[in-house]
Amino acid sequence: MEVALFATCLVDTLTPSVARATASLLQRLGHDVVVPRGQACCGQMHVNTGYRREAVSIVANHVRAFSGAQAIVAPSGSCVASIHHQQAAVARRAGDEGLAQAAEELAGRTYELSQFLVDVLGVTDVGAYYPHRVTYHPTCHSLRLLGVGERPYQLLRAVRGLELVELPGADQCCGFGGTFAVKNADTSTAMLTDKMANVLSTHAEVCTAGDASCLLHIGGGLSRLRSGTRTVHLAEILASTEDAVTPHQHTDPAIPA
Amino acid sequence: MTATVPPKAPTFLGLPTAPRGVGHLRGDRSFPDAAREALRDGQLRANLGHATSTIRGKRGRVVAELPDWAQLREAGRALKAATMARLDDHLEELERQVTARGGVVHWARDAVEANEIVTRLVQATGTTEVVKVKSMATQEIGLNEALEAAGLDVYETDLAELIVQLGEDKPSHILVPAIHKNRAEIREIFLRTIPGVDPGLTDDPRHLAMAARQHLRERFLRARVAISGANFAVAETGTLTVVESEGNGRMCLTLPETLITVMGIEKIVPTWRDLEVFLQLLPRSSTGERMNPYTSTWAGVTPGDGPQEFHLVLLDNGRTAVLADEVGREALHCIRCSACLNVCPVYERAGGHAYGSVYPGPIGAVLSPMLTGVEDNASLPYASSLCGACYEVCPVAIDIPSILVHLRAEHVEAQEKPTAEALAFRGLAKVMSNPRLWHLTQRAAKLGRLISRGKPTLPNAMPPPISGWTRSRDLPTPPKETFVESWVREHGSGS
Repeated sequence: MEVALFATCLVDTLTPSVARATASLLQRLGHDVVVPRGQACCGQMHVNTGYRREAVSIVANHVRAFSGAQAIVAPSGSCVASIHHQQAAVARRAGDEGLAQAAEELAGRTYELSQFLVDVLGVTDVGAYYPHRVTYHPTCHSLRLLGVGERPYQLLRAVRGLELVELPGADQCCGFGGTFAVKNADTSTAMLTDKMANVLSTHAEVCTAGDASCLLHIGGGLSRLRSGTRTVHLAEILASTEDAVTPHQHTDPAIPA
Repeated sequence: MTATVPPKAPTFLGLPTAPRGVGHLRGDRSFPDAAREALRDGQLRANLGHATSTIRGKRGRVVAELPDWAQLREAGRALKAATMARLDDHLEELERQVTARGGVVHWARDAVEANEIVTRLVQATGTTEVVKVKSMATQEIGLNEALEAAGLDVYETDLAELIVQLGEDKPSHILVPAIHKNRAEIREIFLRTIPGVDPGLTDDPRHLAMAARQHLRERFLRARVAISGANFAVAETGTLTVVESEGNGRMCLTLPETLITVMGIEKIVPTWRDLEVFLQLLPRSSTGERMNPYTSTWAGVTPGDGPQEFHLVLLDNGRTAVLADEVGREALHCIRCSACLNVCPVYERAGGHAYGSVYPGPIGAVLSPMLTGVEDNASLPYASSLCGACYEVCPVAIDIPSILVHLRAEHVEAQEKPTAEALAFRGLAKVMSNPRLWHLTQRAAKLGRLISRGKPTLPNAMPPPISGWTRSRDLPTPPKETFVESWVREHGSGS
């Protein structure tokens, strides 16, 4: 199957390894990956900060960039949720019914990574290898807006060498919330502190999730504390293999070039 | 307080909002400022964390045991939506029925009118004191302050409201107004404020309740006027309903000669059958009980039994303005259960006072700005990480996150002069709509590499707004190449 990869603006700019891992994983599973060059952002940050009018042209760009794609995959529950729940509504409110319908059609072909693997491709064992103690944080939009449920756990349990430890208070928000992290920085940090306390209580080497944004938040906090526990995106763990392991691998995912 | 007339509150969609200078819908600080202080209060954090997790657990258990919870929730949502669509008809029917059964209905446009009506009614009885049943509507309009200004003594009889009143504090939760206090703090308040209290009072919950009971009993027996709110009003029979746990409400609703009920106009249900749904949804969602201990219902007056004079004050105070907002009107479906407060990670940490309104938490963050006009509570719609836990537990399925996002846009669109933030977001929208500009901007982001000078993270001290992030979290140094750039370099621009 030809799969169009939507890297998301944050991953593309700040953590390109997550998109690289997503592409690598899909290729290893035998699929052709295309990366539409015109892609930028889903528009969620604008909508959630109150700039729904301004978001319309961002949505239009997204729809243009992916118009020819059969299936679109993004390594982000939050961006996919915005594509499913916000894009058409924003266009419709602005009176652009054509864009709203195009966005709806596109949303029907857009999947979060774990949904795509389990529901569309029907795989839970992707042949990954990651010999580390890992805890999984179910990000709010994956959990409540997309309902990815057990899928990430199924995928992680099938990873060779991986010891999955339960995260206490897993369903509690990490405090990221987009511009919330800056506008209400103190409350956000208080939420992050409790999330980190739970992560650290598991003694996991790595905290993983399906959203690079939440991981940037949790990882930024863990790094500031010099905790040693790091964050690694689900896509990177699933893309990691025995063959690609190098000397001094540590908790870096071993992703074939 | 100055003697000048407060400026008229702005109108929202052309309809009057709750007036300024009266009631408790507006704080004196923005949410981030108030929260910053509350977050440093370790006792508050401990009390709230303990209380909300206990109620969350109880709610989870009693909701899980109902196989038809999802259908009940949908029925609740549908009933509220249908009722709001014909609110005027139902209210007129309620007025006819209450009047036919010997009650008197008063229409109050706002807090000022409602306070005037109630004060006049109490004064007409010749009494100087009133007992009160816990009521959000009367807290909203600042009725206690209005009555006290008229020289009347007001006694809250709900245990938590009594704690708040004796402690000269403010309620911080819709259902448990003293949730921010633990029993040791309550013991201290009682010892200090209750005349003749046993000096050996301990912090045992039973002893505390007994002390309050003794203090209140005398007032119940003496009171000639009681004031209540209402959980529901059944239009077809003019029946008012109060659900409670302590029995103090039943005392107030039955013992005095005069009963005055202040009710928001959205509390109406058309028929008795509708109560079947809400009386299941409410206790399970609020206290985590299958059924609340006391459910009192009354219609008008009954000769020789209970209050012989009954007044119903129907309060708008901005509700019609909420109804006019096609996205926000769902907030009027709220049955004040507080489930959204108990699951909210922001509420759990910042506490109810940070919201500045008697309606805190997620529902307060949408309801307060709509009742007052969003500009009077502009920081509240942003007091959420949009995690969605509130929507998940709401017994009438109010999509609070979507309303929060809607109100943020209403705030942004209400600005006459563009803010720095608006200019930045507009600029970014242009960039993100144009791949060529977007790639150029991404390249500019790589300037961060110069600032970090080869280190994996950027410095902790950065200019605002980035400082909001870097004060407490590291920010990784931007990579040399974006993903799309590297992909195009390797695979060509065709794919």
